[in-house]
Amino acid sequence: MKNLVEIRNLKVEATTDSGRSIDIIKGVDIDIAPGEIVALIGESGSGKTTIALTIMGYARPGCKITGGSVTVAGKDMVALSERRRANVRGLEVSYVPQSAAAAFNPSKRIIEQVIEVTRIHQLMPPAEAREKAVSLFRALSLPDPDEIGSRYPHQVSGGQLQRLAAAMALISDPKLVIFDEPTTALDVTTQIEVLRAFKAVMKKSGIAGVYVSHDLAVVAQIADRIVVLRGGEVQEVAGTNDILADAKHPYTRELLSAFEPKPRAESIVAALERKPLLQVDGLIAGYGPVQADGLPLVKAVQEASLSLERGRNLGIIGESGCGKSTLARSIAGILPASAGQLTLDGRKLAPSARQRSREQLRELQIVFQHADTSLNPAKSIEEILGRPLKFYHGMKGKARDTRIDQLMDMVRLPKALRSRTPAELSGGQKQRVNFARALAAEPKLIVCDEITSALDTVVAAAVIDLLKEMQRELSLSYIFISHDLSVVEAICDEIVVMYNGRKIEEITPAISKVPQHPYSKLLFSSVPKLDSGWLDRLERDPELVKTYVRG
Amino acid sequence: MTTSTTMPRGARYRFSWIGMIGFAIILFWAIIAFLAPHIIPYPVGEIVDEDYFGPMSSKLLLGSDYLGRDMLSRIIMGARYTVGISLAAVCLACFSGAAFGMAAAVIGGWFDTILSRFLDALNSIPSKLSGLVIAAAVGSSLPVLIIMLGVIYIPGAYRFARSLAVNVNTMDYITVARTRGEGIPYVVFSEILPNIIGPLLADFGIRFVFIVLLLSGLSFLGLGVQPPYADWGALVHENIGGLPFGAPAVIVPSLAIASLTISVNLLIDNLPKKIRDRSA
Repeated sequence: MKNLVEIRNLKVEATTDSGRSIDIIKGVDIDIAPGEIVALIGESGSGKTTIALTIMGYARPGCKITGGSVTVAGKDMVALSERRRANVRGLEVSYVPQSAAAAFNPSKRIIEQVIEVTRIHQLMPPAEAREKAVSLFRALSLPDPDEIGSRYPHQVSGGQLQRLAAAMALISDPKLVIFDEPTTALDVTTQIEVLRAFKAVMKKSGIAGVYVSHDLAVVAQIADRIVVLRGGEVQEVAGTNDILADAKHPYTRELLSAFEPKPRAESIVAALERKPLLQVDGLIAGYGPVQADGLPLVKAVQEASLSLERGRNLGIIGESGCGKSTLARSIAGILPASAGQLTLDGRKLAPSARQRSREQLRELQIVFQHADTSLNPAKSIEEILGRPLKFYHGMKGKARDTRIDQLMDMVRLPKALRSRTPAELSGGQKQRVNFARALAAEPKLIVCDEITSALDTVVAAAVIDLLKEMQRELSLSYIFISHDLSVVEAICDEIVVMYNGRKIEEITPAISKVPQHPYSKLLFSSVPKLDSGWLDRLERDPELVKTYVRG
Repeated sequence: MTTSTTMPRGARYRFSWIGMIGFAIILFWAIIAFLAPHIIPYPVGEIVDEDYFGPMSSKLLLGSDYLGRDMLSRIIMGARYTVGISLAAVCLACFSGAAFGMAAAVIGGWFDTILSRFLDALNSIPSKLSGLVIAAAVGSSLPVLIIMLGVIYIPGAYRFARSLAVNVNTMDYITVARTRGEGIPYVVFSEILPNIIGPLLADFGIRFVFIVLLLSGLSFLGLGVQPPYADWGALVHENIGGLPFGAPAVIVPSLAIASLTISVNLLIDNLPKKIRDRSA
């Protein structure tokens, strides 16, 4: 059978500020048969999106295709003129972006944008296109398919918008659809619906697909073949089941093992006297004007109570909008709680960080999700780590210098990075600096707000290992906030599930791994497994899905 | 802060020719203003020419003014007033404006509201008009001029610094500093300032130009620098009668004002760019 797409010895080059060129794709060969779904997987910077875009003959600003050929249905996209390429785009090859919310024009009705392709390429009259769009909406199991198109993008949920973006890509009956991390921004319970819809439509219409993702488990559900990329080179190509069962390349094996972090051994401080370190009683926090009852208009956290013992870790898990980050921020005193009690190590904590003593602030540190925004870009790593040392411990000169070296050593950062600024570090390195700054205060408790979400799987696994190691050495406690169940399970002794601002269940994995509350069950069962048949076998109670899933 | 272990940053700068020309002209005027009393060929008040509005000659390089005084000497001394007063006023405007602007962004609440409304009110008075009123009311001495010019341009500098600082203030590293227990001065000067210093310097340059022009305008109207001193605006004013004769006495100070303001603009539009090469 002749291949639909043949990429031969593809080279893409990027130009830096100073005019130097760097090869970002170094001679890649990929074939895609008609109707086949091929996944491109790799960490950030591996070139997966760049390769996917070359299939449309496109290179992002600053990049250019310098060699090789990309043949799509007999046409070499590299050699084609820009005008001829435009004829292929949308018609034969179409694209589903990562963030549908950013890809839709907020001022136009959805249906007009979905059928725009048919107007540009003059495929069919608008009325016919509308009918076709509605049938696609139905195939993608969108609610109310006849009417949903007349809404504006902000009137539908994120999961629905992602499916509408797929409808936009499919309306011209393309031969190939490129999916660029289409479910990365979605909650797990929503992701399932979207993945199912994509899979059903693609299988039915026999369209070939390129699925770009960093998540092996998601890819396992939908792809026929997986291409593992790293540093602009293909590491391994094999059928999905072969990759999962019998990966040949060491890097693929590393990816697979990072996906399932080692479960946490029973608490090492168990022998120590167990006394509560942090207690939260009936905490209410939120936003908006204060009402007559002294509480804010929008309550993001409603009467949450938690307790954490010394040397143990607490995980808080939930989907976007469940109030987990708000809870973290009120524990840290950034958003003062409107009601409820906070006790740290037997002493009462004031709601606002401003009213807490310097000692209390030192004992409770918070680490944020985005290392990019939590490190001052104008300062060197040395200054960033040196400040808490001076501020809390009054360290100066040589003592501080030695301590900075120690800290960098602890988080495995080479000393050569001392005088660099954050912009000159990689994502994983930045998160280490971010964490080292919290360690510099010598805290008793560190609140980690989604600190691994912005990292690649392999890097995230390394950061988790680091956290465990620090705990062994320094007898720290963590409050670990995440939407990623596997990460939380890897590090926490207790897991709190939050939904809609409320704590709905507390699970102690060491005692029982099975959640009782229906929402927890739904959430736990929605996490994709490294098994290509998982999605097809998964059965969900439709009533439960209707109650809890807003996608 | 130890420097012994600090390694070179690996950042280089790219200079542009136009910016260098602007910088050279500014440097030239700064040196002239600094050395003025030592390089003037004749005392500024002395009448050295029998004729008034004399042409350029080998004795008087830039001709003579409406009283027959040496124009070159007067322009050299005028540079002191124009550059000096403007520099002092722009420092006053930008330093206090930026400090208030950053503090307002960080403190927020009532402090921000009251300060912003007050400075908006100040900003709503046309600058020339308020200059005229103040000069007419309290007289025009050098300290009054400096303070007046400074205060007129504080609201603009405040607004500019505040809008930049508000964006930086929402960054997580500011939240981190605050939960660490840092005070307002540390947050303002150590966390925010280094991130907005580039645009603030550009603003400093633009405001300097505005002040030079406003000062020259006021002096031209006779409300700025008073005789026996004269800045460039005053020189244009007192020699305006030479315009029908095409006397250099009126053209040269105008050219001096133009050269200074244009070169400052050229410099700030072509500041050296830092080259970052991430994977180098």
